[in-house]
Amino acid sequence: MNTIIISLLLTLALGLLSGLFLMISFKKFYVQEDPRVEMLLEALPGANCGACGYSGCVGYAEALAGGKETNAAKCGPGGQEVADKVAHIIGLDTVSIVKRVAKVMCNGTKENAVRRSDYDGVKSCRVADFTLKGDRGCVYGCLGFGDCVNVCQFGAMFMGDDGLPHIINEKCTACGKCVEACPHDLIELVPLDRKVFVFCKNLDRGPVAKSYCKVACIGCGLCVKQAPEGAMKLEKNLVIIVDAEKVDEVADKVVGVCPTKAIALDEKFAEVKTV
Amino acid sequence: MAKSTFKGGVHPPYCKYTTGKGIEKLPVPATLYVPLSQHTGKPAKPLVKRGDEVKKGQKIADADGYISACIHAPTSGKVRTIIDHPHPVLLMSDFAIVIEPDGKDEWFEEPLERVNWQESSPEEIVNAVKEAGVVGLGGAAFPTHVKISPPKDKSIDTVIINGAECEPFLTADDRILQERAKDVLWGAFLIKRAVGASRVFIAVEDNKPLAIGKVSDVIKEFPSFELKVVKTKYPEGAEKQLIKALTDREVPRGGLPMDVNCLVQNVQTAVAIYEAVRFGKPLIERVLTLSGDGARGAGNYLVRIGTRFLDVVEMTGDMSDDVIKVINGGPMMGISQYTLEVPVIKGTSGILLFTQKTARRFEEYTCIRCSKCVDVCPMGLLPLMLVDYIKAGRFTEAKEKYGLSDCMECGCCAFVCPSKINHVQWVKFGKQELRRSS
Repeated sequence: MNTIIISLLLTLALGLLSGLFLMISFKKFYVQEDPRVEMLLEALPGANCGACGYSGCVGYAEALAGGKETNAAKCGPGGQEVADKVAHIIGLDTVSIVKRVAKVMCNGTKENAVRRSDYDGVKSCRVADFTLKGDRGCVYGCLGFGDCVNVCQFGAMFMGDDGLPHIINEKCTACGKCVEACPHDLIELVPLDRKVFVFCKNLDRGPVAKSYCKVACIGCGLCVKQAPEGAMKLEKNLVIIVDAEKVDEVADKVVGVCPTKAIALDEKFAEVKTV
Repeated sequence: MAKSTFKGGVHPPYCKYTTGKGIEKLPVPATLYVPLSQHTGKPAKPLVKRGDEVKKGQKIADADGYISACIHAPTSGKVRTIIDHPHPVLLMSDFAIVIEPDGKDEWFEEPLERVNWQESSPEEIVNAVKEAGVVGLGGAAFPTHVKISPPKDKSIDTVIINGAECEPFLTADDRILQERAKDVLWGAFLIKRAVGASRVFIAVEDNKPLAIGKVSDVIKEFPSFELKVVKTKYPEGAEKQLIKALTDREVPRGGLPMDVNCLVQNVQTAVAIYEAVRFGKPLIERVLTLSGDGARGAGNYLVRIGTRFLDVVEMTGDMSDDVIKVINGGPMMGISQYTLEVPVIKGTSGILLFTQKTARRFEEYTCIRCSKCVDVCPMGLLPLMLVDYIKAGRFTEAKEKYGLSDCMECGCCAFVCPSKINHVQWVKFGKQELRRSS
């Protein structure tokens, strides 16, 4: 009987002691946590994709709450809805965000781009790029092994039958993973409402470029003349759109003069098949 | 004679079809493309410009720095231009001096026998080799003058002349030993003199009986020379493996053969050294093997540096129409080409043309962890782990934990892999990424 009482008392005393210890340490080491972090985390989609530039949703939430980040519209997957919520929680002004999507700036399909060799190695764009810059004549264009497709977390990309990656705009969150994955820097994040694009990154001279790709930009400069002053420029045999809005206004004219259709309306790609 | 060898390695079909074919001299083609980067180290600096007249053996590009080698005009003619031209090993195009031969093939300086060349001092030998632009002709093309002038604190006691030629198909070294065994030994004699070694081993694989016979005939004239017959196995001719097989010394990780007092030179390099020292003849031509089932004129040819593969193929009787793969070097370590425009460079030991029948293609599957690659790796690495780490982009860890930089890219792992994983390409890619990040 005695043993039972002793052990009971002992347990009780131990319990009390540890309770006391916990209570003291709780008071002493209390960390003031911003309740907004919790709220922000609830508002954010939790995809941890890194589109905001932070390691994940927690990083972004902490930066916002800590005042280090003042842009409430950095969450790609969340879109307008999340941006509004975030702005509301932090007390920032609401910003209207334009949905951006990834776009592949190459139209070197199996039909358009000539192959100079029969590549028989590792099926990866980065490795193929290191090995003689891939198997196509154009060393600036799409390699077609789908490194970008493999890194997409949202299932927004797929390899088309034409040998090029395609993007499903509805699913794309502009996280930028594919942009990093492409060894030729062909993928750009662009506003969804932009119309005209130069689907080429070729820097070779016109005749050379034309010898291996039907739709290469040959640097003729016809489109530059059609566009308002300073909206487009020629650099290293390639046309670059400087001011997208101005170019979009004269979209038909600019696209109409291109002899190789390197510069084209986005619609051409919008119609493209889904998997 | 005991046959020594090393741990690991594989036995590919050796296909030495051209052992019986004597070395034939090929004519000078209509145009020569002489790349500025034909060796390990910095590319050479051109000394000529467009429109210059050059003579055979004239120096047209000078060594840029210590680890570099000079380049000489392979024939007399006019420099047409210096352009970006496809390169057989660099995996990209590089600058090449384009020479239009005038057909006279006149020497800049007629190679004449030097007096008392056998008594040349080490400095004279190193200098002659450097001026002749000799590089390792086994394939890696490391400047020879660097190799034969070891730093003061390293002493070399053993010179190994590498006639193992373990790559399938290639027989150029074999033929050199059969036809010019004495020149090889004289070259070895000069190397021995240059580095002050006490003994010389001539290593030949046991599948070359003709070469062995020839060498054992002439070796009697050279005291302290020894013919070593090694087991036929790939990669027996790799520097570190050969040292292990012959002397049982192991080159430390990241070290050089001179760390274990050895020096390995290819047989053709020995001949080039001999010619450079005795006659002052620069390295403007080399012997290579043209083989593979697509080559109609398979054989061993003495080719001027800068001759395009296309010219070699045309001058030897064309190739069959269904050739789908062209390799510079041997099938194990060679590099496949996307165009026949690439020129023969100092390190080109062979040109292989394969048709659909032999150049089979395989789909790469996932690793099944059978560890066959680990069993055959002559460097004792874990190729499967290397590939895993490189795939994941963890290059520094691959180097530190699994010795990425120690891989010599011999291709044994890829050869035995049942999943047909391209280990070597991954490793090459990993090494490049490592270089880029550091």
